[in-house]
Amino acid sequence: MAGFRTPLGRARGLGSAKHGVGHFIGQRVSAVALVFLALWGVWSAWTLAAGGYRGALTWLRSPVNTALLTLLAAVAFYHMRLGMDAIVEDYIHRPATKAVLLIVNTFICFGGAAVTVVCLLKVAFAGGVS
Amino acid sequence: MVETSPSTRPRPLSPHLQVWRWHVTMAASILHRATGVALYGGALILAGWALALASGQGAYDGYMTLLASIPGRIVLFGVTVSVFFHMANGVRHLAWDAGKGFEPRTADLTAWIALVFGLVAAVAIWALPLALGAR
Repeated sequence: MAGFRTPLGRARGLGSAKHGVGHFIGQRVSAVALVFLALWGVWSAWTLAAGGYRGALTWLRSPVNTALLTLLAAVAFYHMRLGMDAIVEDYIHRPATKAVLLIVNTFICFGGAAVTVVCLLKVAFAGGVS
Repeated sequence: MVETSPSTRPRPLSPHLQVWRWHVTMAASILHRATGVALYGGALILAGWALALASGQGAYDGYMTLLASIPGRIVLFGVTVSVFFHMANGVRHLAWDAGKGFEPRTADLTAWIALVFGLVAAVAIWALPLALGAR
């Protein structure tokens, strides 16, 4: 019967996704956090660029640096997952392709966050490998 | 289901990119999304950095050599511009969410500020080591 329905009727049948507000608030709260974390991150990258391997190990031994960089990675991957979700939902209209890309985005962001946080904590707690 | 609309003719669509004269708020909007995608890559570069650091000195030195190469520097400069522009334009978005800054003149001005800030801040932080005589 779906073929006989008008575009408006089809759209009404779909309804809302029921989670727009959570997405909206999460995107903004992480954005506010990232203003500060990213500024600190650029400054940190600037100091790390010259220090080499030993310099990076010493830098990451500071608990403040470990905490802030872990936080930066976690919040950034969260924020960019929401952003890329919005892009996929805007431009990809085939349901199957859209679902696959949303899942791939989720995997990349959770995977990236896990790798980054585990590596940072490993180095912070156990030191480097020589 | 409810079938209220009797119309089966094509529904009107909003005009798309190609019919608009380019203006700065439009450029800022498109660049916000583009730099967001660029920063997606930037975050993966950060993940690679953490992985290299946890893998030992050899891996770390190799990764840093890659980042310090000419293509590596071009990518990192692009990421720096993206960080600063996306940040400034993101603050514009937060102001809009609070209902402020929608007047055309204000919106044009803040778009220019975000664009100039993104570029100037990135150039400044990259020029700083040169100015200090390091590297």
